[in-house]
Formats: sequence, structure tokens, C-alpha cells
Amino acid sequence: MAPVTAAFAILPSVYSNHLLLFNFVVFLTLAQGVNVIYGFTGYLPFGYVGFFGAGAYGFSLLVMHLHAPPVLALGAAGVSAVALGLLLTPLLRLSGAYFSIANLAASLAVLHFISNPNLEPITRGPYGVSLSGVFNPDLAYSIAVAVMAFALIVVVYLRNSRFGLALQAVREDAVSAASAGVDVVRVRVYAWLISSVIAGFAGGVYAWYVSVFYPETVFGSDYSIFAIVFALFGGVSTIIGPIVGVVLLYGVYNFIGFSTPQYFQLIYGALIILLVLFLPQGLISFVKRRGVDVP
Amino acid sequence: MLIYSLLSGVLFGLYFSLIGLGLNLVFGVMRIVNLAHGDFLMLGAYCAFWMYTLFGVDPVYAIPVAFVLFALIGLPLYYALVPRLLAARDPEMLSIILFFGLSQVIEALSTIAFGTSEQSIPGSELGRSLRAFVGWLAGHDIESGPIEVFGQSFPSAWVMSAIASLVAVAFVYFYLYRTRTGYLTRAVMSRRDEALATGIDVHRISAIAFGIGIALASIGGVFAPFMLGSITPAMGVDATVTSFAVIVVGSLGSPLGTVLGGLVYGVSYMLVQTYLSSWANLLPYLLLIGILLVRPSGLLGKRVRLA
Repeated sequence: MAPVTAAFAILPSVYSNHLLLFNFVVFLTLAQGVNVIYGFTGYLPFGYVGFFGAGAYGFSLLVMHLHAPPVLALGAAGVSAVALGLLLTPLLRLSGAYFSIANLAASLAVLHFISNPNLEPITRGPYGVSLSGVFNPDLAYSIAVAVMAFALIVVVYLRNSRFGLALQAVREDAVSAASAGVDVVRVRVYAWLISSVIAGFAGGVYAWYVSVFYPETVFGSDYSIFAIVFALFGGVSTIIGPIVGVVLLYGVYNFIGFSTPQYFQLIYGALIILLVLFLPQGLISFVKRRGVDVP
Repeated sequence: MLIYSLLSGVLFGLYFSLIGLGLNLVFGVMRIVNLAHGDFLMLGAYCAFWMYTLFGVDPVYAIPVAFVLFALIGLPLYYALVPRLLAARDPEMLSIILFFGLSQVIEALSTIAFGTSEQSIPGSELGRSLRAFVGWLAGHDIESGPIEVFGQSFPSAWVMSAIASLVAVAFVYFYLYRTRTGYLTRAVMSRRDEALATGIDVHRISAIAFGIGIALASIGGVFAPFMLGSITPAMGVDATVTSFAVIVVGSLGSPLGTVLGGLVYGVSYMLVQTYLSSWANLLPYLLLIGILLVRPSGLLGKRVRLA
């Protein structure tokens, strides 16, 4: 964890494409957020981007209307993501694919709500947000690295604590876990809120970094799907799995994705199919099968 | 105005239930989520489009062609993907990701093959040969204008796709309740392991259901140029979300539930479109979440979907 954080803290002075590095940091954060909820509880959040967008808009509303300093507004980003998470806790009653679909629908509902032209005085509706007053990419980048470190610390904690163990027990068999004294509902809600706050911070810092964006940008389903696929590709419920996934797949994306998007889409789709069919536990399972314990 | 939006809601609702029908069958039988459903719909739309553009064929004839073609594609596709998937630890979740990958592959290949420009078929072309036939029977030409239903006039393509949807629903109903394979299919739907234990060839039954499922999607696609607007390789995603809303509002396994879901969806969509148009695109999602939370098993469902 420390090496990754250090690497991304130092890289900007070596490599000049800041935006690319920033996107890597954002996806590393989101992939770990997905890891918290999918890897440790088994809920697949297809609308995970909802929290990202809620964070971005929580940040922007405070900056636009109250002229709050960015760091304070970042707190609002976390708060609004947690508020959305609390609002959506009833979804945790659903199982399997129903949860994923309801979550996707929820994120789209929030998107259409925020981009409604009737709300233009508050959210700027579909016309997008401009925060040029607080534009400061260098500071925003540092904070993004800090947010990523926070996400990593959370996952390290889950790997090494009673709470994380309880979550994995609930994922494997909720009834047995409950009879062993785990408060199933409570640990699930905690994991859900933790993963929402991670995405909320990521969204807030994203809004700060780009400073001009549209509702479709911060609520694009690509974020959820990329984050899920990256996390799964490396291997969930580990610390380094999602990191490996983001570095490899997002690396490939940046290598060929911009010039020939359809060929990237083809390779990416085929990779996903092969992954699910032959390595459903992610790349990490290659190493795990040989008896090496992966953190 | 009210009657118009109600009736057009019913017509669109029937079409939406056609879109959801195949997805419902696949999910009901295999418990896997075919996220590529909308992409098969898109391929069906291109099938009709190319038949029309290259040979001037009436899209009505594309229906049987698409049905047979996609049912034949579905069988090997099932054996290539699903048995391996079902052996994994969490097939329902992994299927979402697997079929997302498949949907990406289909979308990418069609973009490479067809380009990204929007294509369409003129509305008057649908049923051209049928009209000629009816006109020959009646002894005079039939105009391809709007069709009157209860004093309101609608584009003939809307009415025709609603009728085709009813036929498709009747077909699935007949298949499930009046044929031996359908009987076995229902057995697999209700208890997969017990069906296996009684000696039913579960994979053969599921493969047939999978083939029918994507064939139904492709039929929905034949009407897509008239109901959903112009066709592009990227249209699949929206179609998938719509079909999900429809089958979740209805309920799993029963074709009648899908029809009900489609009607609820279509009518409420048209009503909101008419009276509160700026909030219309919020509706399907709220409807979906609301139904899932209040009645998780759908309007006609018996199964429980709670964790």
C-alpha cells in the first residue's frame, strides 16, 4: 500500500501527463471501493457511480452556493455520498442480480434528477457545473492520492480485522454468520456506507480537479463498470488485486483506447469473457493456486 | 389526449413486453442475467435493415429469418458460455459481468462492421407486402396511412408491432404450457437440481430456452427502427435497461407477468410523457426501484428475492 501511494505521490514530477495519472488514482480509489462492497460482502454495485456523482455534486454545491473552501467542500462530498448510501440501504434487502439492477436504476434516477432542467438554479441542470474559482489541480491531485491511501487503509483494515472477517463470513453464509453472533444487517450497512464514502471523496476530488463537468460525466455508467471490471480482473477481497487490475487494464485502455475505441472494446470484452470463464477469482488466483498467500 | 396517451401506452407496452419476454425466459430458466439482450435486439434490427437495403425485402419477412438465425446462434453460444459459468461459485453475479463482456464484443464488432452512423427504415415499408395481399383480396389498394383504434389514429407500424408482440407472447405461452419441452422447461425453472435428479437433460432444455430468448430479442429488433427510432450499434444498452424494468415490474417465469410489466411500463411512460414531460425519463428507474422494494417478487410473482 505504501509503495503505491508513494509512487503516485512522486510520479507527477517524473511524468508529465497529469490528467492520466489523476485518472489512474481515481480508478484505483473506485476499484478499492468496489472491493469493499463486492469483495467483502458479495453485493455487486452496478450503480456505484451514483456515489461518485453525489460526491462531485456535493462538492460543487457547497463551492458554488456557499463559496466554501475546497477542503471543507470535500467533507460535503463525503456527507452527500453517505446520505445517498443511507437512502439506498433498503436496496440491501434485495439479493443477487436484483440488487445490482436496482442499484443501477438508482444511479440513473439520481442522474436524471440532478440534470433536470427544472433544478437549474440549484444544480445547473443539464448545463454542467463550472468551478473555475477553486481550480487547483496540483493540490487536488495530492488530495486524490490521500483519498486513495484512505481507501487502501480501509481495505488493509478489512483484511486484518474482526469486522472484515465478519463481513466475509456474512458473504459466505449469512445464516451461519448470524448464528455465530454477527449482526448481519449492521455489518452490511457499515460496509455499504464505507464504500459509498470512498466513492464520494473520489467524486469530490474529481470535481475539484476537472472543475468543469456535466451530469453525464460524473454519473456515466462507465465508471461503475470500469471499476467493477478492474477490481474483478485483478481479484477481489485482496489488497493488491484491484491495483493490478487497474494498472494493467487501464494501462491497455490508455494505450489503444483513444485511437481505436472499438478495437479496445473488442479486446476488453473478450478479456472479460475469458476471465469469467477461466479465472473467475481474478488474476491473483493464478498466484494463490500455487500456495502463495496474497495480501 | 388522455385516451390517446393511454392507447399509445398500451401499444408501446405490448412492444416493451416483447422486448422483455426473451430476457425473462433466459433469467427464469438459467438464473443468469443476459446483459447482452439489447445487443441481440440491435443485431435483429440490423438484420431487418440489411434485408431491406440490399434486397428491398419487407421487414415482416425479416421476422422468421431473424428468429431462426438467432435461435441457431443461441444454441452453440449457450454451450460455449453457460455450462462453465454455472460451475463457478457465484454464477448469478458472474453472469452479469460475463454478458457485459459479450455485449462489449458484439457492440465492438458491429461498430467495426456497420459504422456508427444512424440507420433507419421508412415506416411505410413495414408490412408493405401484407398490405398488397390484403388489397388484392379486397379488390382495391390499401393505403399505408395511420390506423384508427377507438377513434384515435396511430402509425400502422405501432399497431403491427403490438400485434406481433401478442403473437410472440402467445407463442411462448403455448411453448411453456402446451408442449413437452415447455413442460420440462418449467420444471427446470422451478427446481433446477430436482429437474436434474429426475433425469431431465437440463443443458438441452436451457440451450433451447436460451436460443428462443435471443431469437425473441432479435424479433423485437426487427420492429426497433419503427418503435425506438434510428438504429446504431450502441442502442443495445438502453434496450437492456428497458427490458429489465419491464421484467422486474412483471415477474419472473411467467410470460403474462411480462405483458403486465410491459403494459404498466408503457402506459405510465406515455402518461408521464404527456403530462410531466421533463420528468419522464426519471420514471422507469423509480418504477423499477419502487416495485423491487415494495413487491420484490413482481406484480404476479410467487418467488422471494430477499437476501
